[in-house]
Amino acid sequence: MPSPDSKPAHVGAKPATQRAAATRATERPWQGRIPLLLAVPAAVALLFLLLPLAGLVIRAPWTEARTVLAGAGALQALKLSLITATVSVIIVLLVGVPLAWILARPNLRAASLLRALITIPLVLPPVVGGVALFTVLGRTGLIGRPLYRLTGFAFPFTPYAVILAQVFVALPFLVLSVEGALRASDRRYEEAASTLGARPVTIIRRITLPLIGPGIAAGAVLAWARALGEFGATITFAGNFPGTTRTMPLEVYLALETDPGSALLLSVLLLGVSVAVLALLRERWVSRW
Amino acid sequence: MKTACTHKARQPLAFFALTAVLSLLLSACGGAQPQGTAPSPSSEGSATGRAITVLAAASLTEAFNQIGKEFEAKNPGSKVTFSFGSSATLATQIVQGAPADVFASASPATMKVVTDAAAANAPKDFVSNTLEIAVPKGNPHKISGLKDFGDESRRIALCAPQVPCGAAAVKVFAEAKIVPKPDTLEQDVKAALQKVAFDEVDAALVYKTDVIAAGDQVDGMEFPEAQKAINVYPIATLKDSKNPALAQAFMDYVLSPEGQSVLTKAGFAQS
Repeated sequence: MPSPDSKPAHVGAKPATQRAAATRATERPWQGRIPLLLAVPAAVALLFLLLPLAGLVIRAPWTEARTVLAGAGALQALKLSLITATVSVIIVLLVGVPLAWILARPNLRAASLLRALITIPLVLPPVVGGVALFTVLGRTGLIGRPLYRLTGFAFPFTPYAVILAQVFVALPFLVLSVEGALRASDRRYEEAASTLGARPVTIIRRITLPLIGPGIAAGAVLAWARALGEFGATITFAGNFPGTTRTMPLEVYLALETDPGSALLLSVLLLGVSVAVLALLRERWVSRW
Repeated sequence: MKTACTHKARQPLAFFALTAVLSLLLSACGGAQPQGTAPSPSSEGSATGRAITVLAAASLTEAFNQIGKEFEAKNPGSKVTFSFGSSATLATQIVQGAPADVFASASPATMKVVTDAAAANAPKDFVSNTLEIAVPKGNPHKISGLKDFGDESRRIALCAPQVPCGAAAVKVFAEAKIVPKPDTLEQDVKAALQKVAFDEVDAALVYKTDVIAAGDQVDGMEFPEAQKAINVYPIATLKDSKNPALAQAFMDYVLSPEGQSVLTKAGFAQS
């Protein structure tokens, strides 16, 4: 998260060079030596995050890699994971950004209640989320039952259920991230545009969205990662069938039951692909802002 | 005004942080309680101690909890602690050195993992379990038998072939010459049963004992081919047991007529 002081560096290029100079001045103290008080806990945090990943890579039986990764199951699951996670993020962006925009309005009375409600999927165990989805969208659910009666279609055990489960758990990440960016952004630019006669849609398109671009990008990346790793709600609500609902995390879980070695390899594969995609996105997309 | 907003934003966060801390504290207290009481009977007992840990297949949950209570009543001062789970997971835990005294597994294959690692004494088969068709209460989708599992238009849950109940299902379908058309391959039998209880599938193939344990949420249906895939449960005491005498006594109790009668009530057949 960029600090509020560094914000004008993105948008303030036009107003004045003195603002940029001020930003540089505030950045200077951080370029010195890192105090030990911060370095030690930071190193602990980094090791705690990276050591298990290193363990995964070291313990994986690389000699079996070819047979495990070339197997139909692994690639099928990977493909399903990538497609569903990407579709999920598109849906999350389409509905999440507007929700964040409404939440961030300065004089919304129910904002804190709404915000607490939106956080629920974050604190809810995903398996419970899956059961909750059943009660609404399952074959006997609130919406699912009339849908099934009318069309004979039910979400569970289809890739649509995988996407619904992923959207459910990933949406809060984007909404909170974008809302934070909106609150931190300087609203005076929008006010200025408004006084100059710009219409609301123009303001959102030309000012708000570019202003919070990094926030949207960060939120989308978080949401994509969460969707890719989604397990509990998926296995509950969508079931587990190769090609239609068995995503990578489900494939890994099943492999653990019989062949822990191949589970390690599959985990490394998922890890590698997600790191590669995120790195690529960073190059192409995030740096442009 | 900006500060007011950020302050507002922090309130829910602080609330959740507080809840998290509180629940951690509570769970820490809750966790300490049984540990605190467990050593006391062992210290007042003989030098060997009077507490054992039994690792058992998830399908044994209800029956073994009952057997444990009866065993403790018959052996004053003894304490039996259970850990239920997937047999494969439990076998891995034992091989990795989990401290336990008895292992009751849902398949000879998972028991073999433990005996191959020389972690268990000679196992004995103590019960068997057969598959049954589970349908939502009242059979609303009119399932008539195993042949409905080959009907593409039906919603069917099976266990994945990698886990014992799935392996048994494969055998049954081969015997009946039916190609099943499942919509989901569940990780364990309880997950398959849960899909039936929610009425999300028309039918699933689970163990008879699971149908009984689910009570009135689901109905069970026997079928002749199930006899070709009877699943035998072995039990063994573990080499690393701190209390081999009590472990052996528990195993004997499971094999005794008293233990067998509890297991029969839960739907198991004598092996």
